[in-house]
Amino acid sequence: MSHKAAPESRSVTTLSQRLLAPGDGLRQWWSTLSRPMKWIFGVIGFTLLALLPLYTPGFIDTPGISFGGTMAAFVMVAIIAIGLNVVVGQAGLLDLGYVGFYAVGAYTVALITSPDSPWNKMGPTGFFSKDWAWLSCVPLAMAVTALAGLILGIPTLRLRGDYLAIVTLGFGEIIRLLADNLSDITNGSRGLNEIAYPRLGETEKLPNGVFSSGNSMGHANYGTWWFWLGLLLIVGLLLLVGNLERSRVGRAWVAIREDEDAAEVMGVNTFRFKLWAFVIGAAIGGLSGALYAGQVQYVAPTNFNIINSMLFLVAVVLGGQGNKLGVIFGAFIIVYLPNRLLGVHLLGVNLGDLKYLFFGLALVVLMIFRPQGLFPVRQQLLAYGKSARKLLGSADDSKAAA
Amino acid sequence: MIQECVEQFACQAANINFNVDGLLNGFWQLTVDGLSWGAIYALVAVGYTLVFGVLRLINFAHSEIFMLGMFGAYFCLDMILGFSPSGNAYNKGVTLTILYLGIAMLFAMLVSGTAAVGLEFIAYRPLRRRNARSLTFLITAIGMSFVLQEFVHFILPHIIKGYGGSNAQQPIILVQPKTQFTIFSASVSNVTLVVIVAALVLALLTDIAINRTKFGRGIRAVAQDSTTATLMGVSRERIIITTFLIGGLLAGAAALLYTLKVPQGIIYSGGFLLGIKAFSAAVLGGIGNLRGALLGGLLLGVMENYGQAVFGTQWRDVVAFVLLVLVLLIRPTGILGESLGKARA
Repeated sequence: MSHKAAPESRSVTTLSQRLLAPGDGLRQWWSTLSRPMKWIFGVIGFTLLALLPLYTPGFIDTPGISFGGTMAAFVMVAIIAIGLNVVVGQAGLLDLGYVGFYAVGAYTVALITSPDSPWNKMGPTGFFSKDWAWLSCVPLAMAVTALAGLILGIPTLRLRGDYLAIVTLGFGEIIRLLADNLSDITNGSRGLNEIAYPRLGETEKLPNGVFSSGNSMGHANYGTWWFWLGLLLIVGLLLLVGNLERSRVGRAWVAIREDEDAAEVMGVNTFRFKLWAFVIGAAIGGLSGALYAGQVQYVAPTNFNIINSMLFLVAVVLGGQGNKLGVIFGAFIIVYLPNRLLGVHLLGVNLGDLKYLFFGLALVVLMIFRPQGLFPVRQQLLAYGKSARKLLGSADDSKAAA
Repeated sequence: MIQECVEQFACQAANINFNVDGLLNGFWQLTVDGLSWGAIYALVAVGYTLVFGVLRLINFAHSEIFMLGMFGAYFCLDMILGFSPSGNAYNKGVTLTILYLGIAMLFAMLVSGTAAVGLEFIAYRPLRRRNARSLTFLITAIGMSFVLQEFVHFILPHIIKGYGGSNAQQPIILVQPKTQFTIFSASVSNVTLVVIVAALVLALLTDIAINRTKFGRGIRAVAQDSTTATLMGVSRERIIITTFLIGGLLAGAAALLYTLKVPQGIIYSGGFLLGIKAFSAAVLGGIGNLRGALLGGLLLGVMENYGQAVFGTQWRDVVAFVLLVLVLLIRPTGILGESLGKARA
């Protein structure tokens, strides 16, 4: 979003800006790596991350709440952040109602598999078997959410900037109000219970498998299992989104984000690519919603308040819009910090309560001093990047020789 | 299976009423009540519309300015005028009540006006100096909205005992709503009357200030073309502060009127929904257009009431949002068009 401001802020590097830019060195190092090295470091990094709930160092642990559960929440928000990043960071469409897609995904799974729902298709007589219901609902949830994105996108994407933000905000709120008010279907504010989840590793001790909430003891509790599942999905999503980024679609998104009129003039069908961004972002949000519904096994309208939408946006803005690894870090901050501070008291105030205050302040400060986020994306040549760099490198060499 | 689902949906969505009789029977009553809601929306909407006209910025935190105004009004009634919270109305007589209301309104306006100008200084001015993009402004506004809400939610109770926190304030009821007269079979209560009259007076004053005074001309000039206006000797920064101030003052006044209507609605999150509706009102009338905001506010209040009568109370908020989405789709420039700057000099 503020890529224009980036060179300016680099020239006037004050101390405050350097403090707010821990990511710059890291990113420079990352971008010098060759692709196989990136893979190796990526695999190591993800493995270490995956092992974190099993061997939790004391200073990272969350004393107030299960660390596995925290990490499970983290991967869900991370998936959301990746999806929202496609919409906000890559295509530059400010979506304030993203929680609506999350809700659609969660409610799709809930409506099909919860016994409280009139549309329940699970069980001995239903279409879905107990063992496979959740997994088969995931693509369904993504498809329904993508459809919701399409339905919302077609009329609204002709609007620009601020207007789009407000319309999507209205959409997010309408979804929640529908879930609240259509009580014959969604059970209203009481929510839907006993949603399906993967039945894996069913033993005598854990009759419902490792993903059930019965598995709540020790380090490898059900939160940790959901975290591992989410982590796998994140890897898949990163590959997918990364490839999209480097494709024609990704280049079109960047063009639209930077200057929509110019992109239109250069022959980019802006509406179509914006719609693609919206639909892909929505489907990813739906995936996260399906994960959420499976893990918590309960959905209710209050989980999908508009303030969550803002929180997701904070994750993306904090991490660095457009940078898919950055937004995962943003998601980690958003989920981890409040859980870490849970029960920590300062001057009689529970710091865990103050998360929105902190995040609000962080947004304001960040927008003033570093609008591009902690790990800003750096524009690079998206196509033929490597050969172009090589060419430039050899040009530099010859200049140095001369 | 899809066919089946659709049929099921049609049956099960039966709690969406379609009660046209209810609308026709209560038409005038609904209109009067809607107008009193609309008057409040209109006053808040002016804050959105003026700031948008001058800065092209959706001041998302304006709803929190309104919320602070509610707390200001409450503080004034409770601490300064000495009305302790109680379940019963005070009913002090017409002159005295209006006097108290006037004092509380001035205090609420002071609080909201100060907050709005403070917001401008702390959050938006640094961004303007850096030539930030409009989305940066919007995200800052969202951040400030969080900060102000959570300040009242968690910090205020530690500063003033009994204020803020997770629960709404104990209501202070100055007057019991009582029917004063009927018009077209609609009964008009004293509260409705005060709200509508006060809002009309304020709206008229604002309209005069914007359209007839030198300052107003400055605001319109900056809205039309800020560079040229600056070259003509208008101080842009001063105009921006004035704009925020006017918006804040009106939000404070609206906050008092709201607490008069809904005494139990003073809560940290109480501004959010009303803010979005007021913004919808501003868009409905044509954002950036002062008279549009006033018209849009009244219209939204009335439409919301009609929608509520037809579809049921629980759909009230949905009506407002659907209306917002529809307006943006059909006529994004609103009923009167975006034209704060294009009005005549």
